[in-house]
Amino acid sequence: MSLDIENKTTTNEKLKTEEMILNMGPQHPSTHGVLRLELQLEGELIVNVKPHIGYLHRCFEKHCEAMTYPQVIPYTDRMDYLASMYNEFGYAIAVEKLLDIKVPERVEYIRVIMGELQRVASHLVALGTYGADIGAVTPFLFCFRDREKILSLFEMTCGARLLYNYIWVGGVSHDLHHDFLRLTKDFVDYFRPKIKELNDLLTFNKIFIERTANVGILPLDTAINYGITGPMLRASGMKWDLRKDDPYSIYDKFDFDIPIGDGRMGTVGDSWDRYYVRVLEMEQSLKIIEQAIAQIPEGDVTSAIPKRIKPVVGQVYSRVEGPRGELGYFIISNGTVNPFRVKVRAPSFVNLAVINELCKGHLVADVITVLGSIDIVLGDVDR
Amino acid sequence: MIYDFFYNLTGSQILAYVIGSLLPLFIFILPFALVAVLLERKVSAHMQDRLGPMRVGYHGLLQTVADILKLIQKEDIVAESNDKPLFNLAPVLVFAGSYTAFAAIPFTSAFIGSNIDLGIIFIIAITGLSVAGILMAGWASNNKYTLLGAMRSVAQIISYEIPTILVVLSLIMITGTASLNKLSEMQSGHFWNWMILGGPGLSLTKFLFIPFMIIGFVIIYISTLAEVNRTPFDIPEAESELVSGYHTEYSGMKFAMFFLAEYANMFAVSAIVVALFFGGYQSPFGYLGNTLHLPWLIPIEQFFWFIFKGVFFVIVQMWLRWTLPRLRVDQLMAVCWKYLIPIAFVNLIIVGLITVL
Amino acid sequence: MKTTEEIFNLLKDKFGESIIELKTDVPVEQFIIVNPLEIDKVCIFLTSNNELAFDSLMNLSGVDDANGETKKDEEGNTQTTGGTLSVYYHLESTSIRHKLVLKASTPRENPEVSSVAEIWRVADWHEREAYDLLGIKFLNHPDLRRILMPYDWDAGYPLRKDYKNPEYYQGMKVPY
Repeated sequence: MSLDIENKTTTNEKLKTEEMILNMGPQHPSTHGVLRLELQLEGELIVNVKPHIGYLHRCFEKHCEAMTYPQVIPYTDRMDYLASMYNEFGYAIAVEKLLDIKVPERVEYIRVIMGELQRVASHLVALGTYGADIGAVTPFLFCFRDREKILSLFEMTCGARLLYNYIWVGGVSHDLHHDFLRLTKDFVDYFRPKIKELNDLLTFNKIFIERTANVGILPLDTAINYGITGPMLRASGMKWDLRKDDPYSIYDKFDFDIPIGDGRMGTVGDSWDRYYVRVLEMEQSLKIIEQAIAQIPEGDVTSAIPKRIKPVVGQVYSRVEGPRGELGYFIISNGTVNPFRVKVRAPSFVNLAVINELCKGHLVADVITVLGSIDIVLGDVDR
Repeated sequence: MIYDFFYNLTGSQILAYVIGSLLPLFIFILPFALVAVLLERKVSAHMQDRLGPMRVGYHGLLQTVADILKLIQKEDIVAESNDKPLFNLAPVLVFAGSYTAFAAIPFTSAFIGSNIDLGIIFIIAITGLSVAGILMAGWASNNKYTLLGAMRSVAQIISYEIPTILVVLSLIMITGTASLNKLSEMQSGHFWNWMILGGPGLSLTKFLFIPFMIIGFVIIYISTLAEVNRTPFDIPEAESELVSGYHTEYSGMKFAMFFLAEYANMFAVSAIVVALFFGGYQSPFGYLGNTLHLPWLIPIEQFFWFIFKGVFFVIVQMWLRWTLPRLRVDQLMAVCWKYLIPIAFVNLIIVGLITVL
Repeated sequence: MKTTEEIFNLLKDKFGESIIELKTDVPVEQFIIVNPLEIDKVCIFLTSNNELAFDSLMNLSGVDDANGETKKDEEGNTQTTGGTLSVYYHLESTSIRHKLVLKASTPRENPEVSSVAEIWRVADWHEREAYDLLGIKFLNHPDLRRILMPYDWDAGYPLRKDYKNPEYYQGMKVPY
């Protein structure tokens, strides 16, 4: 653990205040990865927070220029490693727009089911680790127990638990296992009462509410100006979800709600709202999965995968609603088999920039609360 | 009774005293601390839908033996810039502060370590000794984070002693004695003679006392939870902020002393609550020894009842730890000064009025 | 809802010289090429105008256009001279639901673009990333320094097409 403190006195003010610079170093039990937060404190109140990132930079964008289009898919997995299906989904949709091909209906349904299961798994990690940061260790284990069931569903389909290489440009790599739909339906029925159990244990716990309500309030216009998307934006009161406002794939065929934060425990846009929006979103994802299981047609999943991907000269920006926010791919093609430039608009990268605004005027213990409610994954921030 | 036994055995007063006072330490407290470590791990594991240690011994029962062996043979790291006398003295003080409290707690009617009239006041005073130990540990580690943790811990312990003492005062007012031994003797009989149900005898005042006794019990249970730094009051040891608080820099046997002191402390405070409110070592149903006309059986039975009640409250403490999240420092202080102390004061005044009238 | 052509005409009327061209023949999206030093004025107009109301910047990316002359020097390294670096802006309006793409190209030798970080705070970190990986300097940026690479990386800008990894960084050998 590296935590070092220097004292700096500012003598050019009438009152001699001692401002302390505190380093929540790259290795820390609560900063979800390697992130360095430089806190400028006055006593216990925070004056400034400067995040230093780049510890997990693996040059994804430079790699893409050396790979062919299908070879990029395993690299996209490793960006936001807790929501790999959505990274692949976004990339596949972007390249399919560039090539202007249409995938079979069964492939669309499979992608939606995988995406929504992945959203539930990602939110379970977010909620569990958030509780563990606040001090409640038991919900962390309950969330991970339920996530294990989702991961075994994924393992049945493509063989991997975390980094899948499953959704390819033009289709998916394997068809579903013949038991998959039945087991997914069982999982949905098993998981619904578990959300209620999580609510009883953590969400409406008085101590948890004391720790998170009115902490890190994000006003709506600040959120839009900072480019915040995803559950953070919805918790600030705006009904904005790319699945409904800019529909991609077949999301317009499903019937689901967009939960927003209403400030019932404190103010609109505080950490409790961000937490609760994620809990409600898990419920909505279960609804989508049920409808998709009921409607899925038969078909061939690999028929539309092109043998060689060589798009025309052009560019496209396409975005999907990942569990952490808007995941956008800007792909420029110069007519060869390698992409010319792939830029990823990573949701965690954008969401992290607002932490300075959120933490001003709070105590040191609240930095952890705010950081947990932003829900970043360092692989996404640094790429 | 036990003192007489040893006096007859050895013929020397001093030797009998020494053995008599070391007896609870070795028969009960040290083994309990070792068992409590394993108990916490198993209880927390089963609450979290997993199994806990399973490999060492049958279902992991020998895990603590393995832990203690490991801690004994660890290298004792003392950094260059630490303040060596303070650094080495701190765990001793904390350990002594928590184990000495057992001197005045009656385990059974035949034995008490030290039969002083000040009983409970002595216990509260001596747990203050561990405050000095914690500050020394935090300061001597030469680490600004442990100092921060130690200062928070000291503020917490000192603040939460106040509601404890207020509730104890109200109890002293009712019974007229501060000695835990006499208090336990007063609650003899069946469970309706316990203080939580108003105290011995059968009168109007007894029934009037019941709600205030229950409020007093809740207050003292919460305050003693805060005194032993257990969740939801474990900010000084909060892993997500300060790694391990004031005992970050300790390793090996010194760390083991902090560790064992914490579990012994847990039992000490639940023993105090039991002795004050739940009848001490008295059984709720009468004694087997009485029905079988075997008077030597009674102290053994009382010992088992005392252990049973004490361990029950320790398990409730562990249950709270694994269910509730942690309070922030300012909220912790607010709970003490804004809520517990006014309620304890009002409780004290009303109990006093009822006693006088 | 306005199409890119209508917006182009609107901007051309207001700004004249700064709006250079409307590219329509490139799939998939059309874009407007803007003078890099005037782009902040254009963006202020785009956000404040009620009919356009572009209050959200979805993405800001730097691109190495690779349209200069490359030649191999004596060690076999490619050296590129001439050519441009570009910055693409993807804008969106959350109320009117229309989108726009802007492009600003600047010469490779001295790349300078006006910063829009004061207009949309999201551009702050994206411009730092474009500076870090491509070397594009953003004028009037509040805090322009490297973000993903280490602060003292002096071996150039990694995402450029002619970038070569240095041999040593602070005494550590770089190629594996």
